[in-house]
Amino acid sequence: MKLTLNIWRQQDASSKGQFVTYSIDDISPDMSFLEMLDVLNNKLILQGQEPVEFDHDCREGICGSCSLQINGEPHGPDRLVTTCQLHMRMFKDGDTIDIEPFRAKAFPVIKDLIVDRSAFDRIQQAGGYVSVNTSGNTTDANAILVPKHDADDAFSAAACIGCGACVAACKNASAMLFTSAKVSQYALLPQGKVEATTRVLNMVKQMDLEGFGNCTNTGACEIECPKGISLENIARMNREYLSASLQG
Amino acid sequence: MSGRTSSIARKVVMALSGLFLVLFLAMHFSMNLTSVFSEDVFNQISHFMGYNPLVQLLMQPVLIAGVIVHFVMGIVLELKNKKARPVAYKNYNGSANAAWASRNMILSGAVILAFLVLHMSDFWLPEMVYKYVAAHPEDPTRYYHETVEKFHHPVRVGLYVVSFVLLGLHLYHGFASSFQSMGWNNKYSKALTGFAKAYAIVIPLGFIFIALFHHFNS
Repeated sequence: MKLTLNIWRQQDASSKGQFVTYSIDDISPDMSFLEMLDVLNNKLILQGQEPVEFDHDCREGICGSCSLQINGEPHGPDRLVTTCQLHMRMFKDGDTIDIEPFRAKAFPVIKDLIVDRSAFDRIQQAGGYVSVNTSGNTTDANAILVPKHDADDAFSAAACIGCGACVAACKNASAMLFTSAKVSQYALLPQGKVEATTRVLNMVKQMDLEGFGNCTNTGACEIECPKGISLENIARMNREYLSASLQG
Repeated sequence: MSGRTSSIARKVVMALSGLFLVLFLAMHFSMNLTSVFSEDVFNQISHFMGYNPLVQLLMQPVLIAGVIVHFVMGIVLELKNKKARPVAYKNYNGSANAAWASRNMILSGAVILAFLVLHMSDFWLPEMVYKYVAAHPEDPTRYYHETVEKFHHPVRVGLYVVSFVLLGLHLYHGFASSFQSMGWNNKYSKALTGFAKAYAIVIPLGFIFIALFHHFNS
């Protein structure tokens, strides 16, 4: 395959970025998108140019490291995949592909296509945990009965890998899907009830402090989420938040 | 209530004021519909609404407050949302993952707001002048003719029709979305969303029908 790539290049957080166009050929349709970028970077290195910086780690759709806004969609045009799982067969020979970093005030660009997603870490730290007795009398988690339906929903919420596609897809750069998944995975379990009130209040407060936008229920986040996190989590978080606000 | 200024609290204000306006719209539509069937009934209802102290002194100010809260909060949310993405995408394929109506609430809302200015100057303002400035005596038979007369001019009817289409698109996303904002997503949601979307089509179409009916029958 022969492709034209319009890639965002930015030296560092304080520099002004710009799009640079690259032509690339000999791309196999069986390559992943990141492998295609590897091929481009090899070529750039051999030419003595600086390679394109992008995030990646596991390359099997688990870690949430890879990002990229590809032709206007986070993780590209395929559904339920991360960029590392996106195959070049989704594109046609001769295509032009626009590759941008995830854009949000709360996700500042570090370099080229890499953005700082530590805002998500701070939201998680604000309440995304449960207290466990570590005095030696720790209760086996399996000894606490959890209704099957709740366990399934909690597991589905916990499948969020924190990649930030929800923020990137949202026209308002809202982090409601991520935050709601992290609230839900605990709100649904008995272990999470103890800190339920403070958790949702603190996580939403942190989410707002980070400068994410407001949810307008367009549903773009759910469509673009590589893990299929449901909008029901946002409704659950809204419920939890309203209930906690009235109590607090 | 803690977190009064949180993003979720703002959305709940938007949802509640929106639902209130949806209720008002149903009432307004029901009253307008009588004008198609009976001049007398329309006159009686209009006279009641125009002179009942509960309607004039309580419901009317609450309604105006509801409209103001809804559009002021809508503008506040839009400005905050714009700030959340200071550098725009070169390529943003919004239609790939979200409906037009959901992505353009501010646009449909702005058209509805402009329509409200026209609508108020057509009906509400002359009514206020008639009753409270000129202090004309009560005339329970004037409403039908005053209303029908407004639908003579094709440009005004055209503006009304376009506004109702945008109102439909606004409701198509907003009505169903308000339940999600208030945390109501459960086994009844599918039926409720269906009802909300049907409402968003039927009510604006009904308003269009009434406007065209009077235009072509007068």
